[in-house]
Amino acid sequence: MGLTAQSSGSNLLQESFNIDDNNPVVALAGNPNTGKSTIFNGLTGLKQHTGNWPGKTVTQAQGYYDYLGQEYTVIDLPGTYSLLASSIEEEIARDFICFAKPDVTVVIADATNLERNLNLVLQVTELTDRVILCLNLMDEAKKKNIEIDLVGLANDLKVPIVPTVAREEKGLSSLKKVIAKVANNQLKLKPFIMEYSAEIEEAITNLVPKLKKELPDLAAEINLRWLALRLLEGDQKIINSLKQFYGSLENKNITGGENSDE
Amino acid sequence: MNDSNKKSQIFDLIDKLDLKQESLRDQMVTEIYTKAEEIADNNVSTANQSESNWEDKVDNILTSKCLGFPIMLLMLAAVFWITIVGANYPSAQLARFLFWIEGHLSNLFMALNAPSWLHGIVVEGIYRTLAWVISVMLPPMAIFFPLFTLLEDLGVLPRVAFNLDNFFKKAGANGKQSLTMSMGFGCNAAGVIATRIIESPREKLIAILTNNFVPCNGRFPTLIILASLFMGSVLGGVYNSFIAAAVIVALVVVGIVITLFVSWLLSKTLLQGVPSSFSLELPPYRKPKIKAVLIRSFIDRTLFVLQRAVVVAAPAGLLVWIFANVHVGGVSLIHYTANILDPFAILIGLDGVILLAFILGLPANEIVLPILVMSYLSTGAMLEPSSGESLKKVLVDNGWTWVTALSTMLFSLLHFPCGTTLLTIKKETNSWKWTVFAALMPLAVAITVCFLVTQLIYFFMGI
Repeated sequence: MGLTAQSSGSNLLQESFNIDDNNPVVALAGNPNTGKSTIFNGLTGLKQHTGNWPGKTVTQAQGYYDYLGQEYTVIDLPGTYSLLASSIEEEIARDFICFAKPDVTVVIADATNLERNLNLVLQVTELTDRVILCLNLMDEAKKKNIEIDLVGLANDLKVPIVPTVAREEKGLSSLKKVIAKVANNQLKLKPFIMEYSAEIEEAITNLVPKLKKELPDLAAEINLRWLALRLLEGDQKIINSLKQFYGSLENKNITGGENSDE
Repeated sequence: MNDSNKKSQIFDLIDKLDLKQESLRDQMVTEIYTKAEEIADNNVSTANQSESNWEDKVDNILTSKCLGFPIMLLMLAAVFWITIVGANYPSAQLARFLFWIEGHLSNLFMALNAPSWLHGIVVEGIYRTLAWVISVMLPPMAIFFPLFTLLEDLGVLPRVAFNLDNFFKKAGANGKQSLTMSMGFGCNAAGVIATRIIESPREKLIAILTNNFVPCNGRFPTLIILASLFMGSVLGGVYNSFIAAAVIVALVVVGIVITLFVSWLLSKTLLQGVPSSFSLELPPYRKPKIKAVLIRSFIDRTLFVLQRAVVVAAPAGLLVWIFANVHVGGVSLIHYTANILDPFAILIGLDGVILLAFILGLPANEIVLPILVMSYLSTGAMLEPSSGESLKKVLVDNGWTWVTALSTMLFSLLHFPCGTTLLTIKKETNSWKWTVFAALMPLAVAITVCFLVTQLIYFFMGI
């Protein structure tokens, strides 16, 4: 069972997410209308292609860029307000961050409407430590006299923050720089993790050891606190996703291609 | 450990835990929102609150119950009016120039002693059709598309969708259909692809089947031209252009009403079910980039539609010329076919030639009007048209009245989608059955509506 995330990772990427190269993978998450696609285009230029997410009728945009001699693969996740999997887009975004384990997840937020965008940031940091917050539309925020204390925000969230004006390609080079640092482990992140009320925290504390005991091989693959939260909220889709992403792969790798589970 | 084991273990766990799931989910979401609000409050300060709220105020008016629709319709009417008034002069100039060239082409053919059938095919068939398409369609498109793109860039379409959302839910369809329908105003094939945002297969199918009831970019020119030629003159006088604009808006409304009605009918009969819900966010108003709008509307739309019209119209012009000049038993093929269609076509307010034009125009809606004009011109009436007014003369000489124009517009609005859209529907539904239905159902609607309207008008006018 010594299946590590790395060894199954590339198979998983290829089979389930249509990504077939060994570049660091950068996922772009964010609410709709935050300029996510503009950032995607700004980063990748013309080096991109679109298709569908495997088995879904949702468009998947993939692109590439070079930074300091290293090629990066950028995935434009569907625009979502949350990762609660209440729509197919949210499910795709969540499954990608959870199971494809991108090297960096950039959450693109609308600087003019930070409050709503932070919901997504808080949900992403529950899933992965490798998060960068990109504050886009800084020019519009300025026009609306909205001032954001970037240092204070970075202290609260404990993630790197890059302000951008993607329409004018401002801030994209510093975004690439920060992405490179996170991808190459030059910047170790320990983001703020949402802390719930006593009732929920207690339920998590009860559930996590049970999960660890009953599903030991899963503990290496997935953030158990996060899984506990999903189980607590009664999310059936996460079980289907677990089955889809780990079930099939492990069968193939462990039982030597035996198709026993149909 | 295999995965079915693992799965059942997780299920067992959930059973053992006996969780109060729904309430916990709500509580989690609330707590995340509260935290987000707290962090935002700590780090964001707005110097001038009132100024940043103008968008909300505008949205409150644009999406209000009583003012929302009138304002949207007025905006649409303004766009049509500017198009109608603005297209007249350049259209006449362009026609004069292109037919001046035709004269020289004819001279050239005569100087070369070319046989008359060659002159007929090349000059009267292909060239004249092209000249028609360009002079009649280019000016309205060059005005209409930038204005329409501007409206889109300002974020008007999502607000239209927002206003309509509730109606679609009442019709038993998905609220998102208001968005895919709005996309259909640009291009029905694009609208059909856009139905991918609807997850329920039932609701997606309803959205696909009814997308065609809003006029696409390929049909707007036809509607605009016919409305400005015929509808203005019902009352006459200086209000012509206003009336024409109002008629097009009315047609758009008819299209939307029929979209809703057919959606409702489908959800009550063939595609029953309960509508699912969705939330729609109004995108912020962003200043449109004028240059980008102009370039995009000109290249992506005007030239695209024109190119499609020209590419299909040139061979169609050739075909129509041959149809008009090959005689069967003393009658040209056009007359022959049109005569067969005539009795039926007249019942629904059209004539055989118009119906034939719609049938031949299946590959692209843009070429219906050019084919129509070519058919009329090639059947004897060899006058050289020079502007919109002479187009009207051609049509009137062939028996058109405002009733014919109205029926033609209604038929254009409601009839089967173009070939591209049908192919897209085949791709999206993966079913020939639904594709055929998507062609026949609108056709039935178009025939029914045109028949009722024509017969009612004749009845009240005592004809």
